[in-house]
Amino acid sequence: MTSVTTLQPSGTSGGQPMILLLLKLRTFIALIAVFAFFSFAAPNFLSTANFVIMSKHVALNAFLAIGMTFVIITGGIDLSVGSIVGLCGMVAGFLILNGIDLGIGYSLYFNIFEIILITLAVGVLVGAINGVLITRLNVAPFIATLGTLYVARGLALLSSDGATFPNLVGNEAYGSTGFHLLGTGSFLGIPVSIWLLIAVGLAAAYIAGRTPLGRHIYAVGGNEKAAALSGVKVNRVKMFVYMFSGFCAAIVGLVISSQLVASHPATGETFELNAIAAAVLGGTSMSGGRGRIGGTIIGAFVIGVLSDGLVMMGVSSFWQTVIKGLVIIAAVVVDQAQQRLQARVALQQQAAAA
Amino acid sequence: MTEAKHQIGLSVRAANKVYPGTHALKDVDFDVRLGAVNVLVGENGAGKSTLMKVIAGVEQLTSGEILMQGEKVTFPDTRTAAAHGIGIVFQELNLFPNMTVADNIFIAREKTRAGIDIAARDQRAEAAALMQRLEHDISPDAMVSDLRIGEQQIVEIAKALAQDARILIMDEPTSALSAAEVEILFRVIADLKKRGVGIVYISHRLEELIRIGDYITVLRDGARTGARSMDGVDVPWIVQNMIGAASKDFAKTVEHDFGDEVFRCENISLMGRTGKRVVDDVSLSLRAGEIVGIYGLMGAGRSELFECIMAQHPHSTGDFYVEGRHLNEPDVAGRIGRGLALIPEDRKSEGLIQILPIRENMSLSSLGSFVKGIHLSLGAERETVKRFVKDLAIKIASMENPVSSLSGGNQQKVVIGKALMTSPKVLLMDEPSRGIDIGAKAEVFRTMRRLAAEGLGILFVTSDLEEVMSLSDRIIVMSNGSITGEFDGASVREEQIIAASAIGHAPASEAGHVIGSSNG
Repeated sequence: MTSVTTLQPSGTSGGQPMILLLLKLRTFIALIAVFAFFSFAAPNFLSTANFVIMSKHVALNAFLAIGMTFVIITGGIDLSVGSIVGLCGMVAGFLILNGIDLGIGYSLYFNIFEIILITLAVGVLVGAINGVLITRLNVAPFIATLGTLYVARGLALLSSDGATFPNLVGNEAYGSTGFHLLGTGSFLGIPVSIWLLIAVGLAAAYIAGRTPLGRHIYAVGGNEKAAALSGVKVNRVKMFVYMFSGFCAAIVGLVISSQLVASHPATGETFELNAIAAAVLGGTSMSGGRGRIGGTIIGAFVIGVLSDGLVMMGVSSFWQTVIKGLVIIAAVVVDQAQQRLQARVALQQQAAAA
Repeated sequence: MTEAKHQIGLSVRAANKVYPGTHALKDVDFDVRLGAVNVLVGENGAGKSTLMKVIAGVEQLTSGEILMQGEKVTFPDTRTAAAHGIGIVFQELNLFPNMTVADNIFIAREKTRAGIDIAARDQRAEAAALMQRLEHDISPDAMVSDLRIGEQQIVEIAKALAQDARILIMDEPTSALSAAEVEILFRVIADLKKRGVGIVYISHRLEELIRIGDYITVLRDGARTGARSMDGVDVPWIVQNMIGAASKDFAKTVEHDFGDEVFRCENISLMGRTGKRVVDDVSLSLRAGEIVGIYGLMGAGRSELFECIMAQHPHSTGDFYVEGRHLNEPDVAGRIGRGLALIPEDRKSEGLIQILPIRENMSLSSLGSFVKGIHLSLGAERETVKRFVKDLAIKIASMENPVSSLSGGNQQKVVIGKALMTSPKVLLMDEPSRGIDIGAKAEVFRTMRRLAAEGLGILFVTSDLEEVMSLSDRIIVMSNGSITGEFDGASVREEQIIAASAIGHAPASEAGHVIGSSNG
């Protein structure tokens, strides 16, 4: 942090910045605490194999949470991501197994790269529909995405009449083999899905911190009217965040069906809630304007490590749910305390400068 | 009016109210006499509304006291004030558009059976009686959202009457009423006076005040500058006390010649929701280096004109030209790109993003100039912001602090900085001195002068007579959406401006808009 002109706060109030720093790093500290705890409490927790499994779990939630973070920063919410996960999995499965029946005795089959691109496009399209509903038709984000939640889930179920698309190994002749590599392959000992998460996470953090688009996302969430009067194209920004969220959800749909080598239409139910929880745990404000991609990813890790660790300890899944809820509430309470302290420190600095 | 001694129902003594960055009331004494109309007058920002909010329990005094019947009282909330017999008709309408007239009149004081069941029929009957007293046939079951603004104001007045207040505050009750409706209101006020109610009456329409007032108190910059019985008071006396003999420091610093025309608008019109034109066929032009002040009363259409210029009303008609070239850009970003920049009236809700850092607020409109490829150069951004912070003498501890930590004056400078960072040719400033203290005002004015000397064209809106007279090279007066006068800043007299701003408001001349004398 750089300071411009005049005075720095005097050294006497050195205690507050220290507390503030601790509060800012709280999610990270929580992650370390959770790690330390399970290292002692759960046998085999510290094994490499366990880390690989855990990080795969975390990655799924983290993708959704990254997309969700942008949406929440603009002051919106995207409830449809879980359904997009399900729908996109089904799209990929359908294309691999059946291709598209052209109705003249021929079916059109795609190779694996085309299938992945089409699936991603479907996710972006659902996000674009959310965006149009919200920007052009003025539907509240909660309602618009609740609607697409149902529609996308229904379409996923319709695509197979509720059945699973099994055994997605593809066909050599069509070039559609190798789908499983996305979910199960690894590179340099690290799973492909983690490499993907690193790529998407870095891209999102870059957008947030170093591009005008990122600034505009924060501005829209902080004060939409003022942003519009400052020349920010509010509708375009909103379209982007919902489309990006749909894109992230499509990645998850692909990764899950690839891991299972099958796609099931109910995949991804309630994923949206985990994504919101991870974002909030990472310091994203539900009222908009505040949040960090890095924080969200750490938040996703806290939730993931917590639930996997509790499973390994043999804690009942009912208790796990209770504990997860308590952690989220505690995170938000601490966040409020940090906001108050931060405002006070800023005012003190200002008083010292004036 | 009789000179009979009116009993004092409420008095305020040595009242001070301090907001972060502004001193809104300075040692103000104020008496409300029962059975009389106590007029309160002053320019916008003089502290009238603050004083009324204190009496109604909306705001609390920083220091000072309120006395009733010689005893000290405190009003921590509106409920306590209402229990002491104080009712208020707010300047901004405080109605619930989604509820009926009767529901609104009895909101939070519902007539109930056994404390639970709302006695809807009683409420309706009483609401109807109130409407009859106000000589209006508004149905108690009508939705407030379906009423005209004037009718809504009547409902607001009925709401205050329903409380049987001993002291009734009316903050600009006639601003949206027609001449006939004003007459009705005055009859109601006369009736209330007879019943011994003390009325506090705030208005900008000076003739109106002289007509119905019994006592007058004048505020200026938060301090009381005059208080007396209305006998013998005339408009010049009021204006003198409102504005004061000793002028603020507006000294013209740099004498310079104007350049070519930078901005022109032709035949701008905007339809309001009620089908009345809010902006009515406005044409004006601005030269480089020129400061043009637009003066008018509330609702004259000045802010709406600025909103039209900044593409906030897609349905507005007319043409804009920047440096002679037609302005086709349909959105704000495009218009900023063409060299227009707006400093909005409401800093908090339209000018700033409170939770974001000072740096991000200042660079928000000009991010494009820091982009290399798709990459935002944070270093270049920081350097530029730093330069503007220094140029504008913004007092900040760190540019990473949220903008909400600054005082009003410094916040205003951040908004100005944001506009200037887009390197505009034309600066539109809507009430640039609202809500900031005198020192910050002077600095903002000096900045405006300097910018004009550097060749910027400045168009600014104000309701402050003194401000418009001392800052402007040319003054345009608006009333009811149209331009009613244009004057040379050096030679104009106050009365001319006040007269032009009242055109279309005078009781008799409802028909047509008269274009006032022009000696530009």
